[in-house]
Amino acid sequence: MKNEKARADGGQKSRQIRWLKFLNSLKESMPSIFSVGGVIVFWEILVRFFEIPSYILPSPSESVLAIVQYWSAIKSNMLTTLYEIGVGFGATVIISIPIATLISYSRVFEKTLYPFMVFLQLIPKVAIGPLFVVWFGFGSMPKILMVFLLSFFPLLMDTVAGLKSLNGRLYYMARTMSESEWKFYWKIKLPNALPSIFSGLKTSISMATVGAVVAEFLGSDSGLGYLLLRANGDINTKLLFAILIVLCLMGMVFFEIVELAERKLIPWHVSQRVTDKKAR
Amino acid sequence: MLRFEHIGMKYKTLTGYTEALIDVNFDINDGEFVTVLGPSGCGKSTFLFIGTGLTQPTSGKVLLDGKEITKPVKEVGFVFQDHLLLEWRTVLNNIMIQGEFRNLDKNITKVKAMELIRQVGLEGFENKYPWELSGGMQQRVSICRALVHEPQLLMMDEPYGALDALTREQMRVDLEKMWMQKKNTILFVTHDIDEAILLADKVVILTPRPGRVKEIVPVDLPRPRNMAVKESGEFLALRKRITEIFTEMGILNED
Repeated sequence: MKNEKARADGGQKSRQIRWLKFLNSLKESMPSIFSVGGVIVFWEILVRFFEIPSYILPSPSESVLAIVQYWSAIKSNMLTTLYEIGVGFGATVIISIPIATLISYSRVFEKTLYPFMVFLQLIPKVAIGPLFVVWFGFGSMPKILMVFLLSFFPLLMDTVAGLKSLNGRLYYMARTMSESEWKFYWKIKLPNALPSIFSGLKTSISMATVGAVVAEFLGSDSGLGYLLLRANGDINTKLLFAILIVLCLMGMVFFEIVELAERKLIPWHVSQRVTDKKAR
Repeated sequence: MLRFEHIGMKYKTLTGYTEALIDVNFDINDGEFVTVLGPSGCGKSTFLFIGTGLTQPTSGKVLLDGKEITKPVKEVGFVFQDHLLLEWRTVLNNIMIQGEFRNLDKNITKVKAMELIRQVGLEGFENKYPWELSGGMQQRVSICRALVHEPQLLMMDEPYGALDALTREQMRVDLEKMWMQKKNTILFVTHDIDEAILLADKVVILTPRPGRVKEIVPVDLPRPRNMAVKESGEFLALRKRITEIFTEMGILNED
């Protein structure tokens, strides 16, 4: 009886807390809402007041309406782009973390790989795009490769940095407990690298979108990049803006997914702690 | 019994070799509390690392119960200078990691961990994260981690070095109490003369780098060593004697 009452009180309390948290986050984001809203309103007024033709600069309302108007075309092309990003970025995550692990363990491996990494970092990857078209044609393969190539290095670099930034004494501590290298890696080294890995993932996912669109520019018959080029060719500027908005939203959703995973996986990290506002 | 036989340690540096330890000999009997006292940088920590097989000496050997140590020994608990707690684990889980690495039964380890948490006065903190604790509390958790598998040998590398004087004193009293119950073998490294005397059955005094054993001072004060002991003539005499040894070695200057 007593327990039930306590639980009911607890439930109400947690609901209250959630509501307060929501209000607080709303208050926190007020400046952003006003600044972004202000720019949109200013843009709308500017276009209407000076009667700027929509093929030069469509108003925000026109652009949003264009999303609705061209939704079926946008949707099918968006799915193509999402597929390319999904596969390319997936490959990045699956491949770069094991390679980073090898690099963090072996100096020889690092030295062997290093020249290639520097070379691939320095070369403007967009410039290899046409070559991919020659090699792999107009299908999804060259796009996936471009997504992979652009998103691979940020994650690799940050993961290596994370795996290497370990207090050396922790290794000795692990040695007093067990000789298992696997346990040391799985229970100490990898969790310790997670904050860096997440910062790498955030850079990577933004690069992935860029890679997909750029590769579609270079030779494609579907995807948002392709649709963008066509809209440009037709001087259909409001469709062009509609696509830009969709791309922005996609990027935001990806970023939010990574952030959500970060909050769930590393609630202990400094960046995630709920601290005194004055201390920040 | 842990026996150090003619231990020597050399490090390779850019300009040649630096000797950290030269011909160190001494024994630690089972259930004995030994403190190693020496000035900063005399190779005190190296000493503990060699004693647990984490580092191999360049000459001489260490025997644990008559067997030479060639790889990290398992029957040991190690408390480091910094607490080395994992920031993604709660107090309880930081202690439990010892069991996870050693494949010990989870439930039994948990019971022992909770008992240790209670003994060091951290009840109610078992689900807190390390950054939510004070320095003294963090080091207490680190000591619990080193004890949860009930090792016969406990190595402590200046564990109270980063703590304030009041906390240090409390930690010393608590450690003595715990040791009097468990009677495990403890090798405790410090650069604090009072701490070395008050904890030890014998104090091993090392010279400045390269470290050699200058003298082994037996301490025969009654336990527990409370305020009365600290003011007793025997304690003051021991302190005077050790201070003189340091003055003689040129580490302390009167003028």
